[in-house]
Amino acid sequence: MIWLTWRQFRVQFLVVATAVVAAAVFLAVTGPNLLDDYHRLNTTFIDSLAYERLNPLLYRIGQVLLYAVPPVIGAFWGAPLIARELETGTHRLVWSQSISRWRWLAVKVGVTGLTAMAITGLLSFAVTWWSAPIDDALNSGQDSNTYLPRMFPSTFSARGLVPVGYAAFAFALGVAIGLVVRRTLVALAITLAAVILIQILTPSLIRPHLLAPVDRYIVATADNIRGFGITGEGTNQQVKEMEVATGTVAAWKVSDKTVDKSGKELSTLPEWTMACAPGPPPAGPKQQVRTTPAEVACFQRLADEGYRQHVRYFPKETFWDLQWREFGLFMLLALGLTGFSFWRIRRDLS
Amino acid sequence: MSAVVDAQGLGKKYGRRWALTDCDLEIPSGHVVGLVGPNGAGKTTLLNLAVGMLSPTTGAVQVLGAPAGTQQAKVGYVAQDTPTYVRLSVADHLRLGARLNPNWDDSLAQQRIQHLRLDPKQRAGKLSGGQRAQLALTLGLAKRPELLVLDEPVAALDPLARREFLQDLMEAVADQELSVLLSSHLVSDIERACDYVIVLVDSRVQVSGEIDALLDTHYRLTGPRRDPKDLPRGQFVVTASHTDRQSTYLIRTEQPIHDPAWTVTRLTLEDLVLAYMGRDVQPERPVLEVQR
Repeated sequence: MIWLTWRQFRVQFLVVATAVVAAAVFLAVTGPNLLDDYHRLNTTFIDSLAYERLNPLLYRIGQVLLYAVPPVIGAFWGAPLIARELETGTHRLVWSQSISRWRWLAVKVGVTGLTAMAITGLLSFAVTWWSAPIDDALNSGQDSNTYLPRMFPSTFSARGLVPVGYAAFAFALGVAIGLVVRRTLVALAITLAAVILIQILTPSLIRPHLLAPVDRYIVATADNIRGFGITGEGTNQQVKEMEVATGTVAAWKVSDKTVDKSGKELSTLPEWTMACAPGPPPAGPKQQVRTTPAEVACFQRLADEGYRQHVRYFPKETFWDLQWREFGLFMLLALGLTGFSFWRIRRDLS
Repeated sequence: MSAVVDAQGLGKKYGRRWALTDCDLEIPSGHVVGLVGPNGAGKTTLLNLAVGMLSPTTGAVQVLGAPAGTQQAKVGYVAQDTPTYVRLSVADHLRLGARLNPNWDDSLAQQRIQHLRLDPKQRAGKLSGGQRAQLALTLGLAKRPELLVLDEPVAALDPLARREFLQDLMEAVADQELSVLLSSHLVSDIERACDYVIVLVDSRVQVSGEIDALLDTHYRLTGPRRDPKDLPRGQFVVTASHTDRQSTYLIRTEQPIHDPAWTVTRLTLEDLVLAYMGRDVQPERPVLEVQR
């Protein structure tokens, strides 16, 4: 049965495995140099990357591959697993050999699913290891517009265990959808769309609830203010929201709301807070933005009247805790879907 | 003689539609049994239930003395349209059979492939319909089952391939002591390959028995018009048709026919099967259960 599974699966396997192994080899070869650069350049490491071509490209390729692998595995490994048999009628050939449907499914799902996890695991390990100098530099406070700390949603999903959980889930989802819709192409399309959607929605809808974030109230000052959300035109402008720094480096902020002294959330800030926002940047050569006395007074008034920022964030130390939880959640979902497939396959399929 | 297939009150419902209702059936072992009936009579459903691909909604079916589907190694199944893996080669299919069946007879399989002049390296997708059916049959036979079930195995084949397939099946059956249950909607296929026939119409067994015995006990009587009540006891009417002056009866009887008024003709299997298949169209006539 293992032979048959391999015989039917080898083309799809080779396509994905070739891409992953090639990427892993590239990363393995270039990784030590990147680490050397980090040790050598230290605090200017991230800035120095702007003058390189290969490493930024590899960084991006690793990221893209880790996002692509789970949906591809779900659609091309998972969805056809049963759907193609049902579509071509070969399930009637193979299930009339001396083997039960459960054993057939157990071997197919076991072999293919574990391979999916192993391949994704290999890629994720390579990318996580390779990116470690960059992640480490960002975590220790180096600034960048190009690279985001690993706690940030887009990076978080392409590090550590999370991609492996996604791959297992995508595969199990593909198998279950294929079993239900019985058409390879339809199952493939649905799986692809569903997995991508879940990849997009997880950071905002699921991840913040996996762990309790740090909950803090911070008084906005001219120093910690990071941005204003302003609506309206001309003299009608109003501050909708403000953002402040959490005071911790490389943390993932999930919410930042202004509350008044009673703790009530504000949908719009008082009119006078427009004075806190900086004016348009002065013309002429680039110069240090300076805080005007009016702004300082405005922030003082905010503090005096009891306005604070309610901030919720995940500090960088929670990275692995959150990784394990998200991985666990998707593994549970994968097991649930596989259980469904075992239940469904026992029922009539002629 | 024990039954290879024994169905009691067997029924199968798909959604709201019954594909098979209240079917009682007993198939003795040691025969090549032809299951014949019009499209939609429930043949495929019955066979799928017998091999355990489907589970019954009502009733039960025993195969080789155990509930259907519990003795997979003993029951071979060649499904409708003889599915094979298009991307696997002939040799791969044999390997599949060898790995998934404990009683696999590899020499038999190899012999058959050689005899059929199939190239082991050929992909199944490139085989002709007849060759594909032969490959599926090879898988079914080399499994060394006690019962081989074939669902319309020749439906998609041209007449020549049809004849070769059935010929081949008969030879294999003669070599290997096994019971065969074969469905078809063509009487000529049954006539060629089978020694036992079951006519299934609307889930009901209309008649079943050894073909020779059935042909020996059925006659067509043609003569002056006569009421069925006037026929002697022991003559059971299968079908009757009348013109103003003439009656034609198709009867079943164990006794010789002495009445000189009748012109007596023997039936072909086709006549007999068609007569039983057509019976439901005339519901006013008392339905007669013919049992052996």
